[in-house]
Order: sequence, then structure tokens, then C-alpha cells
Amino acid sequence: MALLARRNLFHDRIRFAVTLTGIVFALVLIIVQFGLFLGFTTTTSNNVDHSKADLWVVFHGVGYFDTGRMFSERKYYEVLATPGVQQAEKYIQNFAYWKKPDGGVENVQVIGFHAGSGLGEPWNIAQGSVYDVKQEDGVIVDELYREKLGVSKIGDHVEIGDHRARVVGFTHGIRSFTTSPFVYTSFKNALNYTRPEAKQDQLTYILIKVSPGFTPAQVQRNLQERVTDVEVYTRDEFSQRTRFYWMFTTGAGLAVLTAALMGLVVGIAVVAQTIYAATMDHIREYGTLKAMGATNRYLYRVLIEQAVWSAALGYGLALVIAHFIVQSSEKGGALILMPLSMKIGMLFLSVLMCIAAAMVSINKVTKLDPAMVFKG
Amino acid sequence: MQNTMQDNRERNPAIRARGLSKIYREGATELRALSDVSLNIHPGQLTLLMGPSGSGKTTLLSILGCILRATEGRLELLGEEVTALPERELPRVRREAIGFVFQGFNLFPALTAAENVALALDVRGVRGEPARKRAEELLLEVGLGERMHAFPADLSGGQKQRVAIARALASNPPILLADEPTAALDSTSGRTVIELLQRLAHQHGRAVVMVTHDPRVLSYGDRILHLEDGRLSREESGRPVNANLPAVLSAAATLQFSENNSAEF
Repeated sequence: MALLARRNLFHDRIRFAVTLTGIVFALVLIIVQFGLFLGFTTTTSNNVDHSKADLWVVFHGVGYFDTGRMFSERKYYEVLATPGVQQAEKYIQNFAYWKKPDGGVENVQVIGFHAGSGLGEPWNIAQGSVYDVKQEDGVIVDELYREKLGVSKIGDHVEIGDHRARVVGFTHGIRSFTTSPFVYTSFKNALNYTRPEAKQDQLTYILIKVSPGFTPAQVQRNLQERVTDVEVYTRDEFSQRTRFYWMFTTGAGLAVLTAALMGLVVGIAVVAQTIYAATMDHIREYGTLKAMGATNRYLYRVLIEQAVWSAALGYGLALVIAHFIVQSSEKGGALILMPLSMKIGMLFLSVLMCIAAAMVSINKVTKLDPAMVFKG
Repeated sequence: MQNTMQDNRERNPAIRARGLSKIYREGATELRALSDVSLNIHPGQLTLLMGPSGSGKTTLLSILGCILRATEGRLELLGEEVTALPERELPRVRREAIGFVFQGFNLFPALTAAENVALALDVRGVRGEPARKRAEELLLEVGLGERMHAFPADLSGGQKQRVAIARALASNPPILLADEPTAALDSTSGRTVIELLQRLAHQHGRAVVMVTHDPRVLSYGDRILHLEDGRLSREESGRPVNANLPAVLSAAATLQFSENNSAEF
């Protein structure tokens, strides 16, 4: 039966190519749509995920990263005095205008952090050093936004919020899912760019590393008991809240989610149709097998083997194509992710879809019409 | 001698059908395809089943081949009643007792002639070298020793039908059911095929039933059953059964099968 399964697939190469094309198309569609979904969700919380902070302290009522609210520096000292806090760093996230050298204006998200603290720093530094932001008006931006921000090299001058800024470094692959690129700079510079006149309410977040012997949950409880008017989240909690907010309460998130689900539905439909058509092409042969005394189990095994072959080959090709698409997306605005878990999941999904589609068509064979095999 | 052989056949028909009827129902509409058909099919005979289109020939062949269930009536194959067998048992009956030959050949285009025959053995759990050897033997027997590795697309109609017959013989079934096997063939190929079927009946003791419209084959049949409007209307004797047919061979073939399958039947 193994021979029949393979020969049925490979004998008519054009038909096999059509079958494979359908499966590959469907799988690439699903991979790309879910890759976009993953890319979107990952991008929404990337600053939180890469912060290396065990805990995030935010002003009361702030539920997600991008709209942090300024609060008093006094809270910072209260946090520092809390048992279990090994390190606490002030952190600013705020929007500002970026005036390009040619005079154009872009909106940016300024991130202020304490360089060298290890918490809340940009990652994937491609040019320059994270310490360079300690220079007066030194900022780091991502390579992806050179054109958008009108800068091309280290040393280029711009203005942020009417203050002079100078590019001292570039990161690689740190996207903002909004239209406002991230601009990393020192806490002091960030304060100048976003709230130069502020005497109070000078920070948006406090990033915490817990002491050895304490768990983040213990310190979280301590902070909640001692520091008022703030919320304390673990890194994962804050990341999930941010992702959830953008994914389920905004049009952009729902659009990506809907597209991913539609990709899955369309992909399954295409695979089902393709495998069904390929099986029905051989329906008379299966009828003959049935007449010859083949059991349903025998037929199932032939069809399952064909389905597994189709799925495996389609999956392999789809993975190669998806790999190129994912690679090319790294240079574009929309990130497409294809982690190992997704690759493994897609393999199972491919086999499952192909087998399920073949099983649907086998009903035609098990309910054998004798006229089908007897008539020429 | 002749009378002894006749008695032996009458006592041990390969197929015994009594009062077979088949009604197709679709909604409130009923179509009676077969009405009260009773017949015996004997080992060592080539029985032709004739009748106009729509007379119920294929339905009857399907019922005799355990592909279709009769609405009423009783069917025995090799002395065992199959009418009452559960659905899941019927594939085993087909595997062990019956070989089918189809008008459209129904060969697997992706497999060579030898692989097509071996597939019939694969269905029966015989694989590898024994299957390959048996397939080669059968193809030699039907005169296709030179075309074993040809694909169906590279064979003539007559050659395809001979491959189909070799496939039907793979498990050495006592009963061979053929549906218009010469209809799509030219006269030379048709003659080769009908002579082969006749040889399988007369020399190998098989009960061969052949549905046909082809007047060229009438002289080869030992019995001709006429079906009209779902009823057996008359029976003719064809040319006399070869007087040299050893009755013992016929009986032995049936006996051998019965012994081999005593557990199942």
C-alpha cells in the first residue's frame, strides 16, 4: 500500500504539482498571517520584554506601556526603601516631536533610561554604544527608521521638542508598531525633550531588580503595601497587559487578529479542497480496491500515507518560502515572526489538515456505489 | 462420467441464489431492479448473463459479488450463506472467494502490470518476494510475460484486460465475475480474453460469470442466462461443456477452497 500511496502522488507530476501548490499556498498564507500576528504582539511589548526588570511600577490606573503617566520622584525613593528591592531605575516614556534636518516633522516616542544600569536599555546595538547617550543630547534610533527620521549616520543633528539632539548610535530591528519610532536617550535628556519645565511628576515608570532571596511576587506585595497610588506588575504581567490592550481593544490589533484567523480558515479550506480533489481523482481506483476486498482500514492507510506525504512535502516547501518572506520582513515596517514553536505547530497542523481532508473524501469510497466500479 | 459430473455440480454450486430482489429507493420513489431471481452457478462453467440495458445484469453481478446487498432473498457462496453476514465480513468474502474483471479494466495507472497484480495480493496481506513471484506467474499465464513492467498507458486494451484477469486470479478465487470484459476490445483481443476466461472455467474449475452484450462470445458460454426487467426470463445451453474436462479438477478446486477457508465460511 505504501507503493500505491507514493505512486498515486508522484505518477502524474502535473497533478502532483497542482496539489502541492495548493498546500504550499495555504501553509504560507497561514504562516505569514500568524507571523504578522506574532510580530505585532511582540512589537507592542518589546520594550517591556527586553527591560530585564523583574518589576514595573506604574502610576495608578496605567494598564499598558505606551501611555505611561508621569508621577512624582518621591515614589522612586519609597520604592528604593522597600524590602527586597535591590535596584530601582527611573524610566521615561513619552511622545515628542522630531524635527528632521530638512525641516520635516515626525512624532517619536522618547525612552529615557539610566545607561549602564542594565534595566530598560535598548538592545541589538548596531552602531555606537548604549553609554553614548550619556553625552549631552545623545540619542539612539533604529536603522529601520533612518529615512523616516531623516538621519543616515552617527553625528547627524536633529531637534526633539525644540531641543538639540545628536544621533550617537543605531539599534537593529527595534520596531514601534505605532507610526512613532522609539528614540532612546538618557533619563536626563528625555526629561528635557518631553517635560523641560517639570518640577514634579518627572518619571513614568520605575524598573526594579529584586534582591537575591526574594521572589518578584514577594517584592510586588511589599511594594503594593508600602507605596500608594501606584500599580506594581511583574515584567510578564505588564507585557501581557500591553499586548492584550493593543490586540483586543484597538482596531489595529483586531484587524491583525482577524486576518490571522481568516488566514487559518482560508488555508484550511484550500488544503481541504486540494486534498479532496486529489483523492477524488483516484476515487475509481479506491472503489476497485474496495471491490477487490480491501478493508476500510486498508483504504484509510493508503489515504493517510498520501496525506502525510503531501503534508510533509508541502510543509517543507512552505517553510522555505516563508523563511524568505520572514527574512525580507526584517527590513520592512511589519515584522513577521516564525519561532520554532510555530514551525512545529505548523507541521502538526499541516499533517492534521491533510489527513482530515482525505478522511472527508474517503466517505465517498466507503459508501461504495457498485455501478462506479462496474461501468466502463 | 458426464452424469456424475453433472450431479456433482448440481449438488455443489459455487453460487446458489434464491429469490433475490433489489429495490432502489430514493425518497418516495422505488425502482425494482431485480425480482425474484433464483439461479445456481457451477464450478467449471462459463455462464453468460445477457439482457438489454437496465435489465439488472450489473445489479445482479454486484449482489453475487457481495458488493451490493439484496433487498430480499438468500445467497450462498461455496455453500455458505452470505446474506446474513454483517457488512464488515463482506470484504473478506470478496478477498477470498471472488475475482472481479471490469469492463473499464480499472487498473491503477501509476502501477506497472506486475505491481497491479501484486496489489491484489497486498490487499490480502501477501507482500514482498512471494507477491512479486506470484504476480509474474500470473502474467506469464495470461501471456504477458514480456510486458510485466509496462504501465497500463503503454498496454493495448486486450493486454490491459489480461492484466485485470491476472489481478482477479491473484488469490486463486473459485469464483470469477466479469462485467462486459470484451466490450471495449477489438475482435482479436476480445477473442483472446473470452478464450482465457473459458480456459479458467474449463481447465481450472472456476465458476465464471460474465455479463455481456457481445454476440461474438455467445458460442463460448456453457450456459446463457437472459435477464429482462429484473427477472430471469430464460436459460439456454451454450456449446457443450468440453467432454475432456476432468470433473475431479472442478470438485478439487472447490474442495481446496472450502478447506482453506473453513474457519471463515
